[in-house]
Amino acid sequence: MAAAPLLVVEDLKTHFFTRRGVTKAVDGVSFTLHAGETLALVGESGCGKSVTCLSLVRLVPEPAGRIVGGRILFEGEDLLTKSPGEMRRVRGKKIAMVLQDPMTSLNPALTIGTQVSEVVRLHQGLRGSALRERVLGALGRLRISAADTRLGQYPHQFSGGMRQRVSSAIGLSCEPRLLIADEPTTSLDVTIQAQYLDLLKEVQAAAGVAIILVTHDFGIVAAIADRVAVMYAGRIVETGTTLEVFSNPSHPYTRALLRCLPDVGLGRQQLVEIGGQPPDLARLPAGCPFAPRCPERQSICEEQSPPTVSVGSGHLAECWAAKAAGTRA
Amino acid sequence: MPARSRELPWFAGAILVTLVLTAVFAPYLAPQSPTEGDITQKLIPPVWMERGEGRHPLGTDRFGRDVLSRVIYGSRISLVVSLLAIGLSGTFGTALGLISGYRGGFTDSLLMRFADIGLSLPTILIAVVLVAVSEPSFRNVILVISLLLWPRFARQIRGETLGIKEQDFVALAVVAGRSSTWIICRHIFPNVVPTLLVISTLQVGYVILLEGTLSFLGVGVPPPNPAWGLMIADGRGFLATAWWITLFPGLAMLLTVLAVNLMGDWLRDHLDPKLRQLGSRAEAEPAIEPVPEARPRGAAAGADGG
Amino acid sequence: MIEAVGLKKYFPVSTGFAIGPSASVKALDGVSMKVGAGETLGIVGESGSGKTTLAKIILLLERPTAGSLRFDGKEVTAFTRDDLARYRRSVQAVFQDPYSSLNPRMRVEHIVSEPLPRDGGLSRAEKSDRVREVLQLVGLRRDSAGLYPHEFSGGQRQRIAIARALVTYPKFIVLDEPVSALDVSIRAQILNLLKGLQEKLGLAYVIISHDLAAARYLATRLAVMYAGKLVETGECDAVYAEPLHPYTEALLSAALPLHPSARRQRIVLRGEVPNPVKPPAGCRFHPRCPKAMERCETEEPAAREIKPGRVTACHLY
Repeated sequence: MAAAPLLVVEDLKTHFFTRRGVTKAVDGVSFTLHAGETLALVGESGCGKSVTCLSLVRLVPEPAGRIVGGRILFEGEDLLTKSPGEMRRVRGKKIAMVLQDPMTSLNPALTIGTQVSEVVRLHQGLRGSALRERVLGALGRLRISAADTRLGQYPHQFSGGMRQRVSSAIGLSCEPRLLIADEPTTSLDVTIQAQYLDLLKEVQAAAGVAIILVTHDFGIVAAIADRVAVMYAGRIVETGTTLEVFSNPSHPYTRALLRCLPDVGLGRQQLVEIGGQPPDLARLPAGCPFAPRCPERQSICEEQSPPTVSVGSGHLAECWAAKAAGTRA
Repeated sequence: MPARSRELPWFAGAILVTLVLTAVFAPYLAPQSPTEGDITQKLIPPVWMERGEGRHPLGTDRFGRDVLSRVIYGSRISLVVSLLAIGLSGTFGTALGLISGYRGGFTDSLLMRFADIGLSLPTILIAVVLVAVSEPSFRNVILVISLLLWPRFARQIRGETLGIKEQDFVALAVVAGRSSTWIICRHIFPNVVPTLLVISTLQVGYVILLEGTLSFLGVGVPPPNPAWGLMIADGRGFLATAWWITLFPGLAMLLTVLAVNLMGDWLRDHLDPKLRQLGSRAEAEPAIEPVPEARPRGAAAGADGG
Repeated sequence: MIEAVGLKKYFPVSTGFAIGPSASVKALDGVSMKVGAGETLGIVGESGSGKTTLAKIILLLERPTAGSLRFDGKEVTAFTRDDLARYRRSVQAVFQDPYSSLNPRMRVEHIVSEPLPRDGGLSRAEKSDRVREVLQLVGLRRDSAGLYPHEFSGGQRQRIAIARALVTYPKFIVLDEPVSALDVSIRAQILNLLKGLQEKLGLAYVIISHDLAAARYLATRLAVMYAGKLVETGECDAVYAEPLHPYTEALLSAALPLHPSARRQRIVLRGEVPNPVKPPAGCRFHPRCPKAMERCETEEPAAREIKPGRVTACHLY
């Protein structure tokens, strides 16, 4: 990984301004992503993972939401300084998105063929048979069989898993450098999810695209991510390689999450639950936002924001109790 | 979201408040009697025109009755007719809509065919038939308007019921062993109330126009009552010479209907989010994280967990 | 306690303007199962497998097209009024979506007390006491009774839904995806609560889930459904340790373990869940089955006990 990173996010802040006050949905998120890498953003609903993704492509719902700080360097250029027109060219062409519900991301009134070719034409300027070839190739890569006959079909004629493949095909049709997949398998069945994840990995290996995968499912993270960033209350509380984070979870929140999930392999072993509720982002407590629910809370946690501690190579945790690398016994 | 940030329509609100106050205090506000006129004082133009008189600020009609007083009293008629007609058709339509939507099947088909017939009745035909069989009277106006109106309530409430029926709490009430009557009264009706409020408001304008039409055709409010529709009909023959007889009741009607419709739109935008909240599925993870207003409050009963 | 034999449920589908015998969705096509007192049966399967239809039939929300359902040995279709009232008190449900399952315009008190019979001889004060007692049992404050559902978070709402299911001292609760709609950090709370209540109150559960881990956490026996049929049943641990039916095997292998080092070869199935209007001939799983034989395409396998306590419908055995 000597090459320059594809994406560098520095201290990104996206806030929502509502009548109830300022909601710090994303509050100082930093990470880097290299070409061909898969980063999983994992956390519970409201932790800011989806807003982070929307911020990357500058699609935060305005006027309530605004990116108020930070830098997003994509291929060395800061996306936050680009004009809306330039952003439109980046979106779809260099950065593609796949959303949770393939039913709502496809237009029910247009055929699949029209929807795929629209994107290809817009970003690649292809016409005629070259266009058709590219569209068929895009669908074929996602293993949509009999693609030429299916071009004339409408989204409702496809199953959920197939629709998700079509919207991924649209996303990948212009050979983007980065694919943002927001809960792509949440609405899919288990066996279909397995198909989709395998396909995603295969396509990634072939095209060298980097993936940001947003999920709440640690099983998916363990299965396909190279690195993982655990988010809580708008911040990344722990990040590292997937193996590191799972083997040596250094933030109490990560530890608690991993212990509170039933694992198919473990059966009826008692689950350790996390007390309380995810915090209200408009009324965050002073100090560490996880402190009220944290089993390892100290007095300092409720007073001052925790430092970022390097607990291993590329493995960071934002916690007062985290032990810096080398000092660990 | 953008709909929610819309402000209360102050203009419409002010007109409606004025209208209600006018109707309530009509005897104190009106300078003259609305029904008795001095025939020698007929067709006097409004005060700002040549020959205008201070006693008749908006002029007089062909019987010498004061137009301002008639417009003021006319608000009473519009209001009373609207309230009664909407009350009657709303109750009837809502009841049928609830039953139709909840029962489904044959009952539903039957009731909805009746509603279709009701919706396809031409107003003019009804009016002509009415002329043929009876004298114009308040009771008839209200009955006819209700006849034309109830299907609108029935259809909308049925649609709403179909959605609410699919909610889990209805299935759970069945599991709890509750009767259909209980479910309709305790579960479905309270959840259609906001819709009912919106439709009712939006129908007020329609009722006022309908009452105007019927009165204009001579089958509505019997003369010499000062209904706006009647006044417009009265002034029809004098449009070229005495336009004020028609203009002012027409303006009153326009402003009222406009105000009520604006209010109805606003109500719809503001009451609907609650309904939508009811219908929204709690996804494990929403595609776009909710803005905090949509987040459930957790503090109130904070006992989750230990 | 509850026993189903050969349950079938076909939903007619309108074929537009066509006249003649209309097609039907075979949501449930001959399912037999049994749940004893204090036991937990986990029913797992993907969408379209018929597991929710089965739950609705048990809850008497749908009438089966064929087959019989017995409660304490008595046929439900032969229920008297009193039998039905007793059934309604004994069998309760918790559904997936804690937003949809609580009427937003009712106070918690009335939501929770709804299953209490109106003529059950309880005074208003006694009902109110009972409501507060179950609220406490599920870990909510007694004074939550006066609040409306929107004042609670998702996890708390699910607790209210559980409280309602407990208020009549039921013997049996149908849990339809009880934690799928909840945040991951809340799921453990609810699963532990359900487990604790079962131990304390001696409840029997049917837990319906697509989440194999959650089902395994609560279930003692497991039933795997595919396209309206039961393909395998058995003791939970035994099924997980050694799945007999190829579909069970694929389903288990598709469940993702919680550690990257446990990444293993998954059996990835081809194709999609079959169209329930026209299920494939023979074994319904054969078009996707990695171990399909010629026989599977024509002959429908019958459910047989392969080993003690292990029943599966597959030609491999």
